[in-house]
Amino acid sequence: MSNKQTPSQTVGPYFAYGLTPEQYLYDFKQLVTNQMVNPINTDNIITITGKVFDGENQPISDAMVEIWQNDGEKQLFGRFGTGTDPENRFIFHTIKPNSVDSQAPHLSVILFMRGQLIHTYTRIYFSDEVVLNAKDTVLISVPEERKATLMAQQKSPGTYEFNIYMQGDKETVFFDI
Amino acid sequence: MSSIIYNLFDREVQPPYLSPQYKSTVLRAPSKPLVVLKQSLSELSGPLFGDFKLGALDHDLTKNSIKNGEPIGERIVVHGKVLNENGQPIPHTLIEIWQANSCGRYVHKVDQHNAPLDPNFLGAGRCMTDKDGNYKFYTIKPGAYPWGNHPNAWRPNHIHFSLFGANITNRLVTQMYFPGDPLLAHDPIFLSVPPKGRDLLVSQFDLNAAEPDFALAYRFDFVLRGHNATPFENK
Repeated sequence: MSNKQTPSQTVGPYFAYGLTPEQYLYDFKQLVTNQMVNPINTDNIITITGKVFDGENQPISDAMVEIWQNDGEKQLFGRFGTGTDPENRFIFHTIKPNSVDSQAPHLSVILFMRGQLIHTYTRIYFSDEVVLNAKDTVLISVPEERKATLMAQQKSPGTYEFNIYMQGDKETVFFDI
Repeated sequence: MSSIIYNLFDREVQPPYLSPQYKSTVLRAPSKPLVVLKQSLSELSGPLFGDFKLGALDHDLTKNSIKNGEPIGERIVVHGKVLNENGQPIPHTLIEIWQANSCGRYVHKVDQHNAPLDPNFLGAGRCMTDKDGNYKFYTIKPGAYPWGNHPNAWRPNHIHFSLFGANITNRLVTQMYFPGDPLLAHDPIFLSVPPKGRDLLVSQFDLNAAEPDFALAYRFDFVLRGHNATPFENK
């Protein structure tokens, strides 16, 4: 058989009852949620919210965001669709990972949506990690004027905002990994 | 410490972000070049679902949503193998699927197509590959349905698939099509794939895997991104 990669196709507009069913109130058990850690017994929980904007600065209501983090100690995964929040935000509850391999703390984002034939990858860094961010080789490789697109802004202790812009002046840096 | 590096997307077979015939890509495709990132622990690992308890009927869409009878439509087996570009099977990886019912209607609240819902068919399922990378679903053959991309636009019959594989570079969401579907030649989503990749999205009719007096079968294998060979491999 061929060992060529299976091509990607769009997640489409109707992923919710298969991939995020309980979030969208479908009668099917959900394996992965936006609650990446159990808040009851977790210190230092953080909440990250944001929107995904299209080229006309409209928030996208049918995107699905996945977050992966691995600092060598804790491996956490979350998933959330932008179709249930009244403002079409994504919302994740997790903990900030530690620095590993001399990288600044970061989360990996995998982004899917109708109108995207193949998913995009980006990273979420934290605005309050000034010292570690300055030494992070990935951030150093990003053009200076685009670095801010990878930075979750701390709104209050434990609360961050991270918006994703698909196009335009504020276009988020997407990675070829 | 391993020095394995995973391959990038193979642009010979992968669709581009911008494909104007599929209109929704126009405002959603990144316009700036991707930034190359040196793979680190974050990229070379990913979620493993070994400790998740799947439901006994999660892989059987003909039974997992029964309310008062059998779902309407043609029962089919969809099966195959998950490999990487190196030809290595991917064991114990999660596969999730979702699809329209036999009339071409999705359960999703946003789907307003005027075709009947089936009270006994949700159209969602999942399974794990076995130790050799094999998977198998039972489902109902999905119908074609209209969409708003252009006048008289119809999606070919398809099943949506989501796969994880070895790490987050392996992540794949795609659609499996059926052989001989006349709508393939008119579908901007299918045609967004470069010509070399298109056959890779069409399943094969598989009479040998059909279950007599029960269901016909289609085979669909997946190839996830592979990695460079290192001297330490196969030792």
